[in-house]
Amino acid sequence: MLTIIFDGIAYGMLLFILAVGLSVTLGLMNFVNLAHGAFAMAGGYATVILMNAYGLPFLATLPFAFAFAAMIGLALERLLYRRMYRRSHLDQVLFSIGIVFMAVAATDYLMGSQQQIIHLPEWLRGRIEVAGVAIGAYRFFLVVVCGALVVALQWVLARTRFGSQLRAAVDDTRVARGLGIPTDLIFAATFATGSGLAGLGGALGAEILGLDPTFPLKFMLYFLIVVTVGGTATISGPFAAAILLGIADVAGKYYIPRLGAFVIYFFMLVVLLLRPNGLFVRSGAR
Amino acid sequence: MSEIVGNSRERARRSAAASSRWRLPELAFWGCAVAAIFLLPSRHLLLNEIAIVGLFAMSIDLILGYAGIVSLGHAAFFGVGAYAAGLLAKSGYVEPASGLLFAGAIAATVGFSASFLVIRGSDLTRLMVTLGVALVFVEVANRFESVTGGVDGLLGISMGPILGLFEFDFGGTTAYCYSLCVLFVMFLIARRIVNSPFGTSLRALKENRMRAGAIGIPTAKRIVAVYSISAGFAGIAGALLAQTTAFVSLEVLDFARSADGLLILVIGGSGYLYGGIIGSIAFALMRDALSTLTPAYWLFWMGAILVALVVVGRERIVDCAKALSLRVRGQPK
Repeated sequence: MLTIIFDGIAYGMLLFILAVGLSVTLGLMNFVNLAHGAFAMAGGYATVILMNAYGLPFLATLPFAFAFAAMIGLALERLLYRRMYRRSHLDQVLFSIGIVFMAVAATDYLMGSQQQIIHLPEWLRGRIEVAGVAIGAYRFFLVVVCGALVVALQWVLARTRFGSQLRAAVDDTRVARGLGIPTDLIFAATFATGSGLAGLGGALGAEILGLDPTFPLKFMLYFLIVVTVGGTATISGPFAAAILLGIADVAGKYYIPRLGAFVIYFFMLVVLLLRPNGLFVRSGAR
Repeated sequence: MSEIVGNSRERARRSAAASSRWRLPELAFWGCAVAAIFLLPSRHLLLNEIAIVGLFAMSIDLILGYAGIVSLGHAAFFGVGAYAAGLLAKSGYVEPASGLLFAGAIAATVGFSASFLVIRGSDLTRLMVTLGVALVFVEVANRFESVTGGVDGLLGISMGPILGLFEFDFGGTTAYCYSLCVLFVMFLIARRIVNSPFGTSLRALKENRMRAGAIGIPTAKRIVAVYSISAGFAGIAGALLAQTTAFVSLEVLDFARSADGLLILVIGGSGYLYGGIIGSIAFALMRDALSTLTPAYWLFWMGAILVALVVVGRERIVDCAKALSLRVRGQPK
């Protein structure tokens, strides 16, 4: 029981790292980026290539996964995404689906359609006992890493100058710009960081979520749930949503394997019926 | 006061009559579709597919072009219709036309229940819901193998003659004629719907939902209604595919199908009903050309087309077409 909860938490934290960039993009520019999963996939493949072709250890590849995805994110943001901010949601949806399709097909072409396997180092395999609960070493590692990231993110947002500028820009872009905050720059940086985090999540999650060219399509719904349920105004909202979703998904698949896949849809349905605007909505948020 | 009301009513009636009048290009369009039966005798299977996909895109047009709802999961209803028609035929009832009505009714009912989720929340929630509903159906069809055949698909469908008169043939001639008739009938219904006061209120709702609500349009009810109708249309398209190909697979529920539908509609232009059909023709031609170049990576080109369309601007293409048609007719801009 506790093992399942722990697994769920690890899974949820992973989802959070994957989706947090999307939540900021949505909150900041009201931009529906369905292609967010593509950045995660880019990070995952970066790790796979570095490990298999260049023999780098798993941990050493993680910064590259982050940097690779962030660079792609930055380039795309400067070239294409920025033109889309003022467009209708339909345009944004079509545009990002187009990006997803291109990413899926290109990855298929370059890497083949098979599942990619990551060989974890010895010390991350197996199980360890913590306070009488048997947990997978890798899950534990995930919780530690993602937990640290969450704390760091929260700190950046709440305590640094960049964080307060970002929050101001999310709340009211026009006034923030009027006050001399370089919203354009902030947005590019945030987009790149969000993409980078997705890439890192993709690399960390390759072991648990699996990695193949259809990754962005498979997890599109998960990201959307995290963001819609959690809201875009805070970090804690999506975080709680991701943890809930993770636990629900893992527990569902464990206890009722036949109907396990339906649990998240049920979760989505219930939340939507009770709180159509998400679980954690600040009053007055747009 | 009453005079003004009477006046505006008269004007409204006249404008409705004007917008529902048949124009020459429309007649020519359907004439071409009929002529294709004789002019392209070897391409009937492809034409059949174009008609079906066109009907599917038209169903999306009803909610997107007229009510402004972006759906990522319209294939759900297409698939429900396909499975309903397939299962009905397998259970021994093989008459296609009434099977079509049955499948359409089932899909519309499902759409009706789903619409209560769709009216909640923002655009973003709606994307999640429509996508989620479609995925639920994929999962259901996948899990209940004993009924749907799971990944193998629904095999062994054999249809009887249409209305007891016309047998399906291998060349697809009956299939195309059948699909074309159904497409035309559905088009007439859709045309009637969008030119009615109901259709006008939908457009008002698309422009500005709050204002539409303020002038007394029951927005939620309207969306429920149009969503159910559109689901019924999609279901009939799916049923047509199941009946004319005698096969249903999980692919009918695929996300790619929903995305295809959106792309087709965007190519053809939304909000005037023909967009779906025209887009479907363009789409089939493009796929034909591009998949001979790189068969496996068709998806890449589709993505590229989507991105290019949006970056260039959808409106600009429509404007070009409009300017062109004006110039052809010799009218000043």
